[in-house]
Amino acid sequence: MKLDFEHIQAAHCENGVTTNLLRDIGVRKMTEPLAFGIGSGLFFVYVPFLKINKGPAFAFRTMPGLIFKRNCQSLGIPVIRKKFGSKKEAEKFLNDCLAAGHPVGCQVGVYYLSYFPKEYRFHFNAHNLVVYGKDEDNYLISDPVMEQVTTLSGYELERVRFARGVLAPRGQLYYPKAIEPVTDDQIKKAIKKGITRNVRDMLYIPGNIAGVKGIRYTGKRIKKWRDNLGLKKAGLYLAQLVRMQEEIGTGGGGFRYIYGAFLQEATAFHPDEQLIEISGRFTKSGDLWRTAAVQAAGIYKGRLGSQEDFNTMGDYLLEISEMEKQAFQALSKIKWYP
Amino acid sequence: MKKEEVPQDLSSLGKITKEVCYAIDGSGKYTTELSRGWDVKINALDVAWQDIGERVEAARKKVLNNEASPLLYFMELRLMDIGILAAYTGFWKWQVKKHLKPAAFKKISEKKLSRYAAAFNLPLSDLKSWNLNEA
Repeated sequence: MKLDFEHIQAAHCENGVTTNLLRDIGVRKMTEPLAFGIGSGLFFVYVPFLKINKGPAFAFRTMPGLIFKRNCQSLGIPVIRKKFGSKKEAEKFLNDCLAAGHPVGCQVGVYYLSYFPKEYRFHFNAHNLVVYGKDEDNYLISDPVMEQVTTLSGYELERVRFARGVLAPRGQLYYPKAIEPVTDDQIKKAIKKGITRNVRDMLYIPGNIAGVKGIRYTGKRIKKWRDNLGLKKAGLYLAQLVRMQEEIGTGGGGFRYIYGAFLQEATAFHPDEQLIEISGRFTKSGDLWRTAAVQAAGIYKGRLGSQEDFNTMGDYLLEISEMEKQAFQALSKIKWYP
Repeated sequence: MKKEEVPQDLSSLGKITKEVCYAIDGSGKYTTELSRGWDVKINALDVAWQDIGERVEAARKKVLNNEASPLLYFMELRLMDIGILAAYTGFWKWQVKKHLKPAAFKKISEKKLSRYAAAFNLPLSDLKSWNLNEA
C-alpha cells in the first residue's frame, strides 16, 4: 500500500515534515521557510551545565516538536498525536493510520537509522520523518533531509521509534487532520503570530543563556575557554558549537538563512518593504555565523590557538548578538493592520 | 551567502544525499541550492570522532588494568553515557554505575547481563568473554 505523498526535500527535518504533511492535507502554499517562521523556529540557547556527547549543549532552533505544533495551532488545524507504551500497539496504530489514508510523522532516534552514514549516527532522538506506505514488511519513508524517499523494515522502524535516552520518542507519531481550505488571511495571521512570538523568544526570554543574550553570553564565555578548559577541550567545545550550527538539517548559517527566506516569502501575504530589508539583516547574520565557524575550525584543526584567536571568535558572537537584537527590534515594529 | 558560494566539499553524507541550503541569487532573492558538504563541518565531525576514538581506547586500557568492567568499553564504543545505557537496559543509573566496577560486574546474573548485551546489540558471549579475548 502506497499513499499518494509528495516528498519535498528540506534543509531541516521538522520543517520538512511539517511542510509536507500540511501540503498533503491541502495547504498547498506551505513551504519550508513559512513553516519555520510560523513555528517561530529561530532561537539560540547555550546550557553550560547540560552535556551532550560530553560537550556543552547548544541549540540554534526552538524545542523539537514546537514547529509542527505551532503551525497547526496558528492555522486552526487539529492534530492527532500519540505516544505508546507498547511496541505492538505503536505498530498497529501506524498501520491503521496508513490504511485510513494518512501519511504520518514519526519522531525517531538517529543512532539506528540505517540509511544515515555511520559518522552521523549519534544518540539524538528528535529526528522526524514521514511514513507514507507499506510494501510487505518494508515501510515507505519520506525523510525530508534526504533527496530521495527510502524504506525501513518493520524491525528497523520499530528500533528507531523506540530509541531510548533524552527525548525518547516512545513511538510518537502525529498527523494533521484535513479541514476547510486555509485562506491567505489565515496564513498572514499565522505569520504575524510567528514573528511576534519569535521576537519574544529572542529578545525577552528571562535569563542570560538564551535568545540574543545567550549569543552574547556564549561569546564572552568562549574568550575564557582557552584558559579555563585548555586548548584541546576548547577545540572540542567549538567543534560542538559548529556541529550544532551546521549539522544536517540546518541549511547552513544556523537557520538564519531559512529565516531570511521566510521574511521574503512573508511579503507575499503582507506586502511591507521593511520585511525585505530585515531579511537582509538575517542573511548578514547567517554569513557572520559562517565566518565564526571558519574561525572555530581554525582552532579545532590546530591552525589557530592564541588567546587573540579566541577573542576574535568571541567577538564574532558579540557582533552577531547585536545584529540579531536590532533585526528583531525592527521586526517588533512592523505594522500589521491592512 | 550567495548561491554560488554554497560549499561543495564532499562529505560522507554527500555520498548518500546532498543537503538543501538556502542562499540568495544575484537579485538578492532567496532560493535553494544543493550542497555536497562543507570542510568546516566535516572537520568538526572528525574532531568529535577522534575524541570518541580516544575515549574508547582509554576505556579499553581501564578494563585491561581492571579499573573498570567491560561495560565501560562497550558503553563508549556505542557512544553511550550512563544515562543512555540506563534508559536502554531499564536499570537505574546507580546500578549502571555499580556495574561499571569490575568486582560488581562479576556478580551480575546472566539475565541482567543479557539486558546489557541487547543494549549494545551484541551476543551475550561477546560481553562475557571480553576479558578473556583481550587479556
